[in-house]
Amino acid sequence: MDAEEDVRLAVFADIHANRQAFSACLAAARARGAERIICLGDIVGYGADPEWAVETVMDLVHDGAIAVRGNHDNAIGTPSESMNAAAQAAIEWTRSRLSAPQRRFLAELPLTQQEDDRLYVHSEASHPARWRYVDGTTGAARSIEATDAQFTFCGHIHQPALYSMSSAAKMTSFVPTSDVPVQLLGGRRWLAVIGSVGQPRDGNPAAAFAMLDTASREITYCRVPYDVETAADRIRANGLPRWLADRLLEGR
Amino acid sequence: MAKPLIEPGAELDGFAIGERVHQGGMATLWSVTHPGITVPLLMKIPRISEGEDPAAIVSFEMEQMIVPRLAGPHVPLCFGSGDFDRQPYVVIERIPGKTLYDRLGDLPIPYEEARVIAGKIATALADLHRQNVIHHDIKPSSIMFRGSGEAVLIDFGLSHHNQLPDLLQEEFRLPYGTAPYMAPERLLGVRDDPRSDLFSLGVLLYFFTTGVRPFGESETLRGMKRRLWRDPYPPRKLKPDYPLWLQEIVLRCLEIEPVWRHPTASQLAFELAHPDQAKLTARSERLQRDPLTTVWRRRFNRGLTLPKPKSDVAAQLASGPIVAVAIDTEEGSGPLNECLRATAEQLLATLPSARLACINVLKLGRITIDRTLDEQGNNKHIDRLVALRHWASPLKLDESRLTVHVLEAIDPASAILEFTAVNQVDHIVIGARQNSMMRTFLGSVSAKVAAEAACTVTVVRPPRSAVAENKSSSTPKAIEAS
Repeated sequence: MDAEEDVRLAVFADIHANRQAFSACLAAARARGAERIICLGDIVGYGADPEWAVETVMDLVHDGAIAVRGNHDNAIGTPSESMNAAAQAAIEWTRSRLSAPQRRFLAELPLTQQEDDRLYVHSEASHPARWRYVDGTTGAARSIEATDAQFTFCGHIHQPALYSMSSAAKMTSFVPTSDVPVQLLGGRRWLAVIGSVGQPRDGNPAAAFAMLDTASREITYCRVPYDVETAADRIRANGLPRWLADRLLEGR
Repeated sequence: MAKPLIEPGAELDGFAIGERVHQGGMATLWSVTHPGITVPLLMKIPRISEGEDPAAIVSFEMEQMIVPRLAGPHVPLCFGSGDFDRQPYVVIERIPGKTLYDRLGDLPIPYEEARVIAGKIATALADLHRQNVIHHDIKPSSIMFRGSGEAVLIDFGLSHHNQLPDLLQEEFRLPYGTAPYMAPERLLGVRDDPRSDLFSLGVLLYFFTTGVRPFGESETLRGMKRRLWRDPYPPRKLKPDYPLWLQEIVLRCLEIEPVWRHPTASQLAFELAHPDQAKLTARSERLQRDPLTTVWRRRFNRGLTLPKPKSDVAAQLASGPIVAVAIDTEEGSGPLNECLRATAEQLLATLPSARLACINVLKLGRITIDRTLDEQGNNKHIDRLVALRHWASPLKLDESRLTVHVLEAIDPASAILEFTAVNQVDHIVIGARQNSMMRTFLGSVSAKVAAEAACTVTVVRPPRSAVAENKSSSTPKAIEAS
């Protein structure tokens, strides 16, 4: 991150067509002074408002936001993705709802985007199209070693985490505390796994995103309560698998 | 970008570099000045060149993250920091004077002096723990004192912040720290228990009062691991005149299992502030170490010393608060005192590590010359202490969790507030007098305490029916009092 540049980024991952959650996160990010938006993929899948979600991200990208493709976004155009039954059912339903331009937007999203010393990717950097989960220091080290970027931001696993690699290639892992800024020290390389906006799975049903101050290099993981009942009702009302609604209430 | 030159006369980010104050294994300290800052300053620069100890970098990174977030009189203030991409440094307030290490030639020091010093360190630790930080390197050379008397903790390179990544967690296979002072659980990789600092303070207190380090000076892992099963010689074995209360405190700090130590640094500071009320257990009189059977059980029954699941510093502190309950021993306070006891009982039932301080204010007249004896020649102060113990007895609290205090003061509210501040009380429970003539004349003590205390205050009122009964019976007394 360039020392002269001072931008406040809002980073969103795994929106999953949850309109109530993403609206709440966008409002919270604006209240925190977000100047630029990063969307780490999986805009659709699971949730009941895919048209709105894609349209909203298209508008944001039009206004300068960065977005990358997630495996659910990919599955809209490439039905061969290996997914569980509930996810697959949601993908079929979503595909039928999206317009051709919306489907094209998802299909044309890049797998990674790099900006200064920051890399944005949905799953991890070593093989972005294999959709591997970063679930520990081994996976985090593999991703960090695969990129020149000092800071990598990803989602995919729906549980916030922060990994670092020291100059001696030693790894540290950390479960971030909400609203406590952490300085991403310049002497090491970092992998920030952002929690999910639309389907948190860490036992906390509140929507997750993160803010990054590029001048102070401070990342703040945020949680936002949202109208989870309405989001769950809409999943049920649209005939999507009930489990997709139930899990929102518990955040798992 | 070229590395800036660090030498006397050079400048870095507005800080003018003066003389080199100290060259240590991990870092170099420079005296610096800044046009906008009047406080004396130190710049700490880590030793990071090839071949240096890699721990120097990591411990500097920990300081870089933690020190700017600390506040209060018990830490040096931070005035700036620089990152590794140019020149790593932190600029902190320079605390005048020397560290406690300077006193090593005077050991052992008198018990009373050691008690005061340890009390100040415990108070500083309590403040640090409240900021979610465990120091992990408490030893004489990390402790300084301000001119106003407060202990200042320095060197946070091995510290753990409960809300920040712990860069030391996975960096080193061996626990990093100062061997003689290291808590046994640290040898098992536990870095998130604030009671590790109480153990180190216990080592310091033992050393300062006996002149002997309780676990020797072994630096080998094997030598250090002995403390997981082998307890030190009781101080009274080394010094027959060692006070019982002091041995009680020291050996409790040095308990192998953190759960047997004082629950919080605040509670340890409280014990050190009130040695006359120490609850003496079998610890206080011991002259021998634990029998070998106990030592073997500890050594070969690993279940006792296995690491515990991750704990939350703030949650642990919150489970061991100091609760003060203000009791009026005057006649007519019965129904209110019962309500106070019920409230205290509810609080203590949910907080098994909490301690209760019962306080009563012996009011002094503004003009009259006070007599400590009443008309019958009874000592009022002792009578009040007896009354407080009587009030507390139905709570059936372990004596180590209960203290009683009679404060003599002209203004009861101020006395309660002062006690709260000095003893780091977390929660005050106080009764509100209803419709009393005294209240009309004197103003409400509870209202002033609730408004001005820095901690939580619960104001207790008796149920309505009890108020009505009390009113009818106490009205004549109130008139009498006026």
